[in-house]
Amino acid sequence: MTQAAAGATSAALTPGARVAQRFPEAVLASLTYRGQETLVIQRDAWAETAAFLKSDPALTFDVLMDLSCVDYLRFGRSRTSAPTLATPSPLPYYMKPKENTEKWARGVSMDDYRFDVVYHFYSSVHNHRLRVRVPLKTTDVKIPTLSDLWAGANWFEREAWDLFGVVFVGHPNLRRLLLYEEFKGHPLRKDYPITKRQPLIGPLN
Amino acid sequence: MAQQGMPIVSTEESNVPAAGSQVGLETRHMFINMGPSHPAMHGIVQMVTQLDGEIVVGVDVEIGYLHRCFEKESERGQYNTVIPYTDRLNYVSPLINNFGYCLAVERLLDIEVTERCQYIRTIMCEISRITDHLTCVGASAMELGAFTVFLYMLKAREWLYELVEAVSGARLTISYGRVGGVKADLPKDFAECTRHALEETRKVLLECDSLLTRNRIFMDRMQGTGVVTKERALSYGITGPFLRGSGVALDVRKAQPYFAYDKIKFDVPTGRHGDNYDRYLVRMEEMEQSMRIVEQALVQIPGGPLNIDYEGNVIPADVMVDEAKMGRTAGMKSPQVHVKPDPTLWGSTRGFHERVNAPEKRAVLPAKEDTYGNIEGLMNHFKLIMIGHGIKPPIGEYYSAVEGANGELGFYVVSDGSDRPYRVRVRPPCFTIMSAIGEILTGDTIADIVPTFGSVNMIGGELDR
Repeated sequence: MTQAAAGATSAALTPGARVAQRFPEAVLASLTYRGQETLVIQRDAWAETAAFLKSDPALTFDVLMDLSCVDYLRFGRSRTSAPTLATPSPLPYYMKPKENTEKWARGVSMDDYRFDVVYHFYSSVHNHRLRVRVPLKTTDVKIPTLSDLWAGANWFEREAWDLFGVVFVGHPNLRRLLLYEEFKGHPLRKDYPITKRQPLIGPLN
Repeated sequence: MAQQGMPIVSTEESNVPAAGSQVGLETRHMFINMGPSHPAMHGIVQMVTQLDGEIVVGVDVEIGYLHRCFEKESERGQYNTVIPYTDRLNYVSPLINNFGYCLAVERLLDIEVTERCQYIRTIMCEISRITDHLTCVGASAMELGAFTVFLYMLKAREWLYELVEAVSGARLTISYGRVGGVKADLPKDFAECTRHALEETRKVLLECDSLLTRNRIFMDRMQGTGVVTKERALSYGITGPFLRGSGVALDVRKAQPYFAYDKIKFDVPTGRHGDNYDRYLVRMEEMEQSMRIVEQALVQIPGGPLNIDYEGNVIPADVMVDEAKMGRTAGMKSPQVHVKPDPTLWGSTRGFHERVNAPEKRAVLPAKEDTYGNIEGLMNHFKLIMIGHGIKPPIGEYYSAVEGANGELGFYVVSDGSDRPYRVRVRPPCFTIMSAIGEILTGDTIADIVPTFGSVNMIGGELDR
């Protein structure tokens, strides 16, 4: 990937290839799925890479469109997930099967890395998008904050902390956003049961 | 000096000095709660404002009062069962949410909907955008005292809601989108009804325009208040009319077209000053552009009226099943057979069904005649409905971006190959605006909170999910 990208001129590079060229050791995987480019980036190199995404004139990702998180704890382990892959439903006679050459991959081991923090960047200058996934180890759910680069990251990170328990190191005000402070647990984690009750809290004053 | 338990910028940190400090008097900033339930705030949100006299020096926004676990609930059911939840995200323009979610799942499945369906989605999105803008402009005008405008605009919205009702069967909780298509085709005289409704809406907009745009009171309240610069707006991730009011012509419909927007001519209006007045003007112009889109789409939409006579004999479902048991399924496949299903199914019956739905049996429910009439249709229906079967996109992820009425509405769907979405993430457009509202309001007077908050068009359903 990196070698192929190095041959082309920098103007013709896709955003992901440009990042991979600049930070070859930070990029764990790079894929295009359904026309959307994704980079999987190491947590430790993420602060530096993010600054590059914003400042590089060929990228200029001035908008952080979305920041969310995915918990891969039960990924592909659902009772109904396996048979589909082996035998997809037959197509009607008038349809030709599409060649599914695109292959999605997470880029890291599902067992060691439980969470992915997912960033969707958009450049209003170049009108291109890039998705960045930063995998986090199960034992170390921490990631540097981006709120000093993109002001919009402030609330997105508070929400991710609230619902997933991801700690954004350096965040100025990492409080819960949608839920209340007395809430126990992080509800969008896959091991949070959907029927779980919360302790009642009385009035504050 | 900040009060105990107030998680807010303290007076020491705020850069606006208190008014009496010049003459050596001890002054104190005042904390005023707006909300969560306040008559001038449509939506349940709390703003703890810190005031120096009338000037706002700090705002702490508390959201989450309408949080109802949309994303967690979505992981629980099948792909199609998410659609009714998406109605409740932005309940002023629910059709856009429906289609945005469907688009994400369709891309995961790698299916393309029919061209007629693309146009139907475009038309319904634009009608929703008009209703949303009418609500936003009308409500914020009402909060500034222009109650007449509110009533006029709701009158116009009512005509458009009647269209939505004619198409989807409901006014608010429409659930009209389907993965791979829409629920039903457009009703018979939809084009005429729409043209008439748009004509009437134009008259209303003209009236409201003459009441507001050059109104001295309205201009004084709106001009120069709630200013946000281009750079700050982009940094906050603000999109939609709020960003365009600051002079950035960013619109997903133009930048990265979806549905049928690339075949339609329209303009993206922008403001210059980034204040409430420019945002008002942008919204007014966008309604006109949306009407332009609808009119063009009604001309371009392929697939005219079908010449199928449904006035023949009524065949109830059980009779169809009996016919099928005797092996008489061949005739039922033909559109010439005189079948009159229940009137509530109009538009989703055979003939219409194929026009608005992708030919994709892995995702689209069969027409009702097939479900009741032959074993293939019944099995297909069963395979899509029963737990453990259903729509099963291959492993992957997709982020669909559509232009909602408030800005970019994103659905990030992750599939692990099972019949349930592994993760559904919504990027609500007013979330980023609300995260910036503290900064935007700081420096304005307390009375300016009302028009600025009105121009955000905060929708609790999508903000808190």
